Amino acid sequence: MPEIKVTPLGAGQDVGRSCILVSIAGKNVMLDCGMHMGYNDDRRFPDFSYITQNGRLTDFLDCVIISHFHLDHCGALPYFSEMVGYDGPIYMTHPTKAICPILLEDYRKITVDKKGEINFFTSQMIKDCMKKVVAVHLHQTVQVDEELEIKAYYAGHVLGAAMFQIKVGCESVVYTGDYNMTPDRHLGAAWIDKCRPDLLISESTYATTIRDSKRCRERDFLKKVHETVERGGKVLIPVFALGRAQELCILLETFWERMNLKAPIYFSTGLTEKANHYYKLFITWTNQKIRKTFVQRNMFEFKHIKAFDRAFADNPGPMVVFATPGMLHAGQSLQIFKKWAGNEKNMVIMPGYCVQGTVGHKILSGQRKLEMEGRQILEVKMQVEYMSFSAHADAKGIMQLIRQAEPRNVLLVHGEAKKMEFLKQKIEQEFHVSCYMPANGETTTIFTNPSIPVDISLGLLKRETAIGLLPDVKKPQLMHGTLIMKDNSFRLVSPEQALKELGLTEHQLRFTCRVHIQDPRKEHETVLRVYNHLKGVLKDYSVQHLPDGSITVESILIQATAHSEDQGTKVLLVSWTYQDEELGSYLTSLLKKGLPPSTS
Amino acid sequence: MAAHLKKRVYEEFTKVVQQQHEDLSTKKLRLTKPSKSAALHVDLCKATSPADALQYLLQFARKPVEVESIEGVVRILLEHYYKENDASVRLKIASLLGLLSKTAGFSPDCIMDDAINTLQNEKSHQVLAQLLDTLLVIGTKLTENPSVRMRLVEVACKHLTDSSHGVRNKCLQLIGCLGPVEKGVAKEVESQAAKDVQKIIGDHFNDQDPRVRTAAIKAMLQLHERGLKLQQAIYSQACKLLADDYEQVRSAAVQLIWVLSQLYPESIVPIPSSNEEIRLVDDAFGKICHMVSDGSWVVRVQAAKLLGSMQQVSSHFLEQTLDKKLMSDLRRKRTAHERAKELYSSGEFSSGRKWGDDAPKEEIDTGAVNLIESGACGAFVHGLEDEMYEVRIAAVEALCMLAQSSPSFAEKCLDFLVDMFNDEIEEVRLQSIHTMRKISNNITLREDQLDTVLAVLEDSSRDIREALHELLCCTNVSTKEGIHLALVELLKNLTKYPTDRESIWKCLKFLGSRHPTLVLPLVPELLSTHPFFDTPEPDMDDPAYIAVLVLIFNAAKSCPTMPALFSDHTFRHYAYLRDSLSHLVPPLRLPGRKLVSSPVSSSITPHEDPSQQFLHQSLERVYNLQHLDPQGIQELLEFTIRDLQRLGELQSELAGMADFTATYLQCQLLLIKALQEKLWNVAAPLYLKQNALASTAAKQILEETYKMEFMYSGVESRQVVIIHHMRLQAKALQLIVTARTTRGVEPLFGMCEKFLQEVDSFQRCFISELPHMQGSFVDKLLDLMPRLVTSKPSEVVKILQTTLRQSTFLHLPLPDQLHRATANIIEPTGESDNPLRFTSGLVVALDIDATLEHVQDPQGTVKVQVLYPDGQAQIIHPKAADFRNPGPGRHRLITQVYLSHTAWTEPCQIEVRLLLAYNSNRSKASAKVPKCTWSESLEALPQSENVIEGTIPFSKPVKVYIMPKPARR
Repeated sequence: MPEIKVTPLGAGQDVGRSCILVSIAGKNVMLDCGMHMGYNDDRRFPDFSYITQNGRLTDFLDCVIISHFHLDHCGALPYFSEMVGYDGPIYMTHPTKAICPILLEDYRKITVDKKGEINFFTSQMIKDCMKKVVAVHLHQTVQVDEELEIKAYYAGHVLGAAMFQIKVGCESVVYTGDYNMTPDRHLGAAWIDKCRPDLLISESTYATTIRDSKRCRERDFLKKVHETVERGGKVLIPVFALGRAQELCILLETFWERMNLKAPIYFSTGLTEKANHYYKLFITWTNQKIRKTFVQRNMFEFKHIKAFDRAFADNPGPMVVFATPGMLHAGQSLQIFKKWAGNEKNMVIMPGYCVQGTVGHKILSGQRKLEMEGRQILEVKMQVEYMSFSAHADAKGIMQLIRQAEPRNVLLVHGEAKKMEFLKQKIEQEFHVSCYMPANGETTTIFTNPSIPVDISLGLLKRETAIGLLPDVKKPQLMHGTLIMKDNSFRLVSPEQALKELGLTEHQLRFTCRVHIQDPRKEHETVLRVYNHLKGVLKDYSVQHLPDGSITVESILIQATAHSEDQGTKVLLVSWTYQDEELGSYLTSLLKKGLPPSTS
Repeated sequence: MAAHLKKRVYEEFTKVVQQQHEDLSTKKLRLTKPSKSAALHVDLCKATSPADALQYLLQFARKPVEVESIEGVVRILLEHYYKENDASVRLKIASLLGLLSKTAGFSPDCIMDDAINTLQNEKSHQVLAQLLDTLLVIGTKLTENPSVRMRLVEVACKHLTDSSHGVRNKCLQLIGCLGPVEKGVAKEVESQAAKDVQKIIGDHFNDQDPRVRTAAIKAMLQLHERGLKLQQAIYSQACKLLADDYEQVRSAAVQLIWVLSQLYPESIVPIPSSNEEIRLVDDAFGKICHMVSDGSWVVRVQAAKLLGSMQQVSSHFLEQTLDKKLMSDLRRKRTAHERAKELYSSGEFSSGRKWGDDAPKEEIDTGAVNLIESGACGAFVHGLEDEMYEVRIAAVEALCMLAQSSPSFAEKCLDFLVDMFNDEIEEVRLQSIHTMRKISNNITLREDQLDTVLAVLEDSSRDIREALHELLCCTNVSTKEGIHLALVELLKNLTKYPTDRESIWKCLKFLGSRHPTLVLPLVPELLSTHPFFDTPEPDMDDPAYIAVLVLIFNAAKSCPTMPALFSDHTFRHYAYLRDSLSHLVPPLRLPGRKLVSSPVSSSITPHEDPSQQFLHQSLERVYNLQHLDPQGIQELLEFTIRDLQRLGELQSELAGMADFTATYLQCQLLLIKALQEKLWNVAAPLYLKQNALASTAAKQILEETYKMEFMYSGVESRQVVIIHHMRLQAKALQLIVTARTTRGVEPLFGMCEKFLQEVDSFQRCFISELPHMQGSFVDKLLDLMPRLVTSKPSEVVKILQTTLRQSTFLHLPLPDQLHRATANIIEPTGESDNPLRFTSGLVVALDIDATLEHVQDPQGTVKVQVLYPDGQAQIIHPKAADFRNPGPGRHRLITQVYLSHTAWTEPCQIEVRLLLAYNSNRSKASAKVPKCTWSESLEALPQSENVIEGTIPFSKPVKVYIMPKPARR
């Protein structure tokens, strides 16, 4: 039985280091190639030796697909392609291809230049790696080889994030990557058609959460910022350079525009400017509002948001500053935080999750006195707010996607085991499909029931459908024909054509059957009785009484002779060709039941 | 028959040829049109290839065909149809047949048989489909004939088994449009093929082609629209269609389910996979709610829209739509208030920190699972959060409709509506504010909600702010802090956007009169009075101070204890404001003082209103004085006009009426003055002066009559007659003056003829009104008509002059409601000293923002005029989308006009004003020229000769300072 095998190398019952191997109909595909934020040793990259111990990876993988540019989905790519060695195609969407190298370079810089690691991939390697990338458009079917094809669907989440459908013949797998089912200020919602894949591999970060409407959060965020600014306070929003940062920028920008506010908004420079450039370019990937209005004005060309300069932090008066990094553990955001922390008029808004040990985490957990380097004690008087602006689908969103795609099996990755368990149970209950949640390195096998396409000549199809009544979509229909399997293809042709093609002569196959009937009357009277009986029963068929004393029902011949020994028994000879098997056997069984008592 | 027709056609044909010969020889114009059918026949015979024939047919289709020759044309077309081998030509012919049978006045029953016959031998599916379409047209024209319908339905049923989707599609459409609706008819012909149309259509719900499935559902809906009661059995079938793969099927299925839910709301249907049963309308509601999260936005919009009209749904289902969190046990039983509280304590959305707590608790909650599937859960939450704004707007509208019928639901949906005030698309924001206003009777705003609502006051869009002011006018606020908050925010709004002044005052007026008891404790603080010390008197011209006073005075109206808290200057200010802003400040009963206001009690109904009485009295007076000495009449008219004008200024409700009558009297006055000139008898060369006076009077009367006719809304035909009559008099006057001043008779001939034509058309248009016009100018004129027609111009003039003098003054009846169209340009203000600079030759866009009142069909009539200092005038037609309709009778024009000019040496002012365009054709709505059904047939529409088009300026001109600079080289 054909099967699909899935082995997560990362992200199996875990978040981070997404890397999933799928073998489908003899093709091997790797989905995502990410790094793990939590580790600094070998565990940060997936264990590629699982694929092969020695020998080139290219021989074992048909293609690699990257869903979006977050490092936990693409961070290991240069390592994988250049250092382990893979020369096959890598697929990603255009925005991902554009932004991915920026992030990889940044990642490399931090690891090599700041932390001083050696044996890490180099800038050149990133460049070489990107040369192997094939960019795809949304809904474009890309033929990887003759049998394997992939297709990207919009996923929301971040700019350029996509879900991929991998299809070989009739078997298909959909990998969602990270996705978002509710639109936000700059991106739309994920969408997929009813593609009915054999397997849907879905992320499940928020498997147990049903989030409240986004509007409350936005409104609260805006209100807090607005109030602080009106009071004359300064607002610090630590963000990571890409993704949420742009959403918040749009949010604030439009709010400033709507409310006619004058307080300056700054964005710490660096990565962002480059990234914003791409956001401006890939307007088609954004949401309805931005797409519709970009003719008048590109929303990413901010009017109120300006580049930040270190000196601005000391300026008097209200201001809003977006600064990197998002967890307040280093860099500009921390510097600004130190400057502003002492004033209770100011506010810091943490728009995302903070890892333990960072300043962000400390202040969120309510610590008001922080120990800085050099035994300095920093007293935090400013207000601390937390707002979750996560762009993952919640439980309801995941269910909604499953409903849209109608898969036959679901496999959960990218989430915590305990939460997956809950969601798995729900999916099985509601959709009555089996659901899997393999751990890293664990292989899940799914048996599929692929339909096999067969070519049929139009003439035959028309002839056969004409026999029955209206073709009914829902019901299978019986057809007569000859199946020819030749050169790896299946064809259904009419018997005559098959004979002709194969150079065979036609053989007639006839069944004959004798039925004994107790009837003392003369032969021709019996025949007449049989004729009348059949005519009465088989109303839809042409029953004929031939002059030579035989009866034909369609092409079936019935003759009656007296039994040589017993004149009271008549022998009915029924003869039919194998094409009429159905009718013939029905007739014999009918005749075996005997004739009805004559009415005369 | 056919042969006879053909003969006729050929006759026509020959006639045309002869006529052409005549034309050539005598060069005389004849107004006979060549026969279409004949020409077509010739063309088609000439055609050598199918492509040629197609070309001819296409050309033929561009021109209209007269009703008389249609039958002939059809015969010719059919003849060619039988001969034609090319399917595309046959297709075109079939479509032409359909078009032709649509022609008004043509009864297509004679071609039905032929069309059905052609159907039998046709092989091409496309042509078949087109022929069925033609039959549909024929059938819809002959709906009264049941046997024709039966026959067509039978034909359609026969072709339902066709293998092409297009044919099946058309068949279903035909059955839907023509299938028997009445039960009785169906029984009579039960033996025939058209047994049960519903069943036939229902069988095609499972067709293999999605287009046919859609057509089947649409046909079913069509039957419903035509009055057939659909069977309930369809419901389960329709429910299955909701899961169809194709969006158009789903979209139609949603409609069908909605229809069924309205037909059988109370029937009971089982819930699959359980033993429970629920009402059908609830079940349908759940299913449609489910479709709000469909994959296709078209379906989502459809579903969201329909939800609004399902008012019989039970309340707990309704309330589920707002509760997304049924699944999550943690938040299951929180009331909205708690939720709001929790919002502030920032716990709710930081779910990231709460994950661990969620999971185990939810596992218990298995009972809720079924509810998620049934869908009503959180439908609106989804709809309001949708990616497409179309869906969001539909959801807001649905919320509005449901909330209007259910107060408890209104209370619940409040939070969500308030959330929508922050939508990224302005239309959605505006829509939700309007919705909130509509349901405001049912709700009281909590303080935190009010806070969010008020935050929107800072919005830079004027539309939003004004909508919000209107919302605040009719909101209920629960606490005095709420009132205070609202006042503070409104004042903030006032400082930020001073142009909102009027709107804010109005808003505070209602706020005060709605919440007197809440305002009372705030008064000392608001007036900043102090128990011991006198505080300085605030500036009376400060809009903010006026705003506060408006609030207080309106509250004081129903709160007699309040004036005790006022200080002296407050009373003085009251007196001032009562006079200057009488529409905002109500009359108050102030203790220990003389009543400042007039002792008008509010119980007086408008009919007894003294001002209305005054109006009528003064009119009576004028009308009664028929035979006074001219001097007396003139004086009386002058006084009355003055009175009326003043009345219009004072009483805004009567302004339209007063102005209208004043204008009429003015016309009359002018006429009298012109006629009473003593110089009428002087020889021609001498009365130049008189001439000037009379002709200007005539001109002015003409202008005024146009104003009267087109600038007032609510003018009825009774008034129109009088206006036209006045215009006729003016024209007569004009004619007399011209006759007097011009030498020679030649030009007079034309004028006289024209005038007589006008009299004639007047008679034709207003024949029904003539009996009311005894003794009037036109009455007398019509008596003399036979004489006039035959007499010479000079005589005509004489007759006219005497009739004009002798004719009586017509009584102008007043309609119940009369409003004068007014316009007010808000932007540009005309106060700017900074010229708008732009490079000459290029354009500059000028934003125009104006309010229009009582303008009917502003899209068609309102124009913007720009007058340049060099006298050059430009008229700009604003786009239809530039007009908004904020309330009944009110419109708002927000548009841009483009200015351009050659270079000037220094900045100068241009004038911008609004014009009301009129067209005398439009007024006679009854005598509308029927639009030709045939496409692009402009040539057939004769422009009626007496159409008068013109414009009336109806706004004050605004001056804009501009400066086109010479282009730099």
